[in-house]
Amino acid sequence: MAERTYIAALREALALEMRRDATVHVIGEDVAEGGPFGATKGLAEEFGRGRVLDTPISEGTVMGMATGMALAGLRPVVEIMFIDFLTLAMDQLVNQAAKACYMSGGQLACPLVVRTAAGAGRRYGAQHSQSLEAWLMHVPGLKLAVPATAADAAGLLMSAIRDDDPVVVVEHKILYYRKEMLDVLEPVPLGRAAVRRAGRDVTIVATARMVDEALAAAETLRSDGIDAEVIDPRTLVPLDLDTIVSSVRRTRSCVIAHEAPLRGGIGAELAALVQEHAIDSLDAPVARVGAPDVPVPAAPALEDAYIPGRAAIAAAVRGVVSPSRR
Amino acid sequence: MTMDPGGARRLLERMTLIRAFEETVQSSIGEGGLGGLVHLSIGQEAVAAALADVVQGADRVYAGHRAHGHALALGAEPWRVMAELMGKADGLCRGKGGSMHLVDVAHGFFGATGVVGGNIPLALGTAFAIRPRGGVAVVVFGDGAAQSGYFHESLNIAALWRLPVVLVCENNGYAEFTPRSAHTVVERVARHAETYGVRASTVDGNDVLAVRDAAAASLEHARGGAGPALLECLTYRMRGHYEGDPAGYRAASEVADWREKDPVARFGRVATERGWLSAADVAAIDRDVRAMLAQAVDRARRSPDPQASELTEDVHG
Repeated sequence: MAERTYIAALREALALEMRRDATVHVIGEDVAEGGPFGATKGLAEEFGRGRVLDTPISEGTVMGMATGMALAGLRPVVEIMFIDFLTLAMDQLVNQAAKACYMSGGQLACPLVVRTAAGAGRRYGAQHSQSLEAWLMHVPGLKLAVPATAADAAGLLMSAIRDDDPVVVVEHKILYYRKEMLDVLEPVPLGRAAVRRAGRDVTIVATARMVDEALAAAETLRSDGIDAEVIDPRTLVPLDLDTIVSSVRRTRSCVIAHEAPLRGGIGAELAALVQEHAIDSLDAPVARVGAPDVPVPAAPALEDAYIPGRAAIAAAVRGVVSPSRR
Repeated sequence: MTMDPGGARRLLERMTLIRAFEETVQSSIGEGGLGGLVHLSIGQEAVAAALADVVQGADRVYAGHRAHGHALALGAEPWRVMAELMGKADGLCRGKGGSMHLVDVAHGFFGATGVVGGNIPLALGTAFAIRPRGGVAVVVFGDGAAQSGYFHESLNIAALWRLPVVLVCENNGYAEFTPRSAHTVVERVARHAETYGVRASTVDGNDVLAVRDAAAASLEHARGGAGPALLECLTYRMRGHYEGDPAGYRAASEVADWREKDPVARFGRVATERGWLSAADVAAIDRDVRAMLAQAVDRARRSPDPQASELTEDVHG
């Protein structure tokens, strides 16, 4: 067993996939230099600049080029340095990549992977800190992975590269330096949730950085006599709804936690699904924990207030678990 | 490039097919499921016909929203293109694409796109992918797309990476309802290429032989490893931007002037003057193509609607 960071696991997964399959290319700003977080460091040296392609700051065109590469049989992995800049590339991702298979009646496949860094917590301000997963989850044709651990960062990326559809892997920049003991990197199937903590009294569905926060909340809740189950969906599309619903049917209550603002967020979709499939099992309405509907502020005091965390999750759990179950 | 009777017949048949197809669409809008947003290329047939003459097996072609002609010229079966426009199960894309999203992979047509300028980056990526096999990617767009960021970003990257891509601008003088003069001070799209060091040429887009020669030279340049080329074809659409656009923004005299430059009639005259075809040949081509098309339209009409279960298929590959 070796200790690996999330970013090192990503880097290793990219190298493994590039060794395994010569059609895999990495493309994006500064990727030959390793990028600001080092996810692609060393790849240009090993695979050459013909497969690790530095681009100008032209996100829309780069996303379109990667799509055109994918349509012609390559497996490009685009790095969009910050998810905030994905706004510049949404036309190509949404109008071309996501729809190519459908609009062509199945003639075209688009095995495109997009890697991008999301999340607040580094005092980068409103244009380098967003969590825009909800925009992506809304688009038919896209798959969406939100790894919360180093093993999943590598494993979901490997599966994304091998998948024949466009997959966006949203990485959380605070998790990049999260360390864990990890032996072999292996593909993690898309569409299979992980139960991070088994419990009887409440189901907490948490994504990305909120997984660790939910686990911390679960520890706190023990002293309240509440035994929380924590589920990490790992991919939002496809979504492993069965794991979530069967958990809720046992625990009879559910809290959903994500970092993005609540309005129109992934929590709204997940809450609707849980209520559609398990309303008869619920003791209380599904509760959501997320950021307020404001841009991400830069000041440490404000950003810390913006980011939801273990205290908010624990409070939400206390609100939905009926006293009779404690 | 040389021309002979067989080549002239092929070009005229192709242009006539596009003209007749578009006229059929124009007169059939509203019938049998034919509707939606349809952009006809009447007046611009020479560009599609000429390009199809010079692309090779390893090449891939993208076009814009005015793309029926490009699909047909490259070899898409007319009845399946018509069926696609009618939303039928036998449509080129099983009814899921429609007029602005024709794709025919079997003939190297990677497709039309409804987002102006959005096809240019796709062609760059495809050019990168097919370069090892000697392929060239060709992308067709209008002068409106030359004002998009994609056009400029793509010229920059294509030049930087010396990609085997040919950017073909069908410059018909209008971006939707608005003339060039209201969009840009740059009169010729080809001038943008100079900044990026890209080979560029401007030709009479209603002269199919001139387009063919210039396109052949552009593809040869790209295929030989010398980098991208930009080919600007000056032409005109005889219809409005889309069917239903009364095109009141254009002077009748302007439309009449361009009618005199009709590329199909013009090449018919050239082919007879040069002795490639007789007047009887030209008349027979028109008659035969229209008869074939009438059968194609009937066949498309007989195609069933897609099953409702198709709705949720092909979302993922």
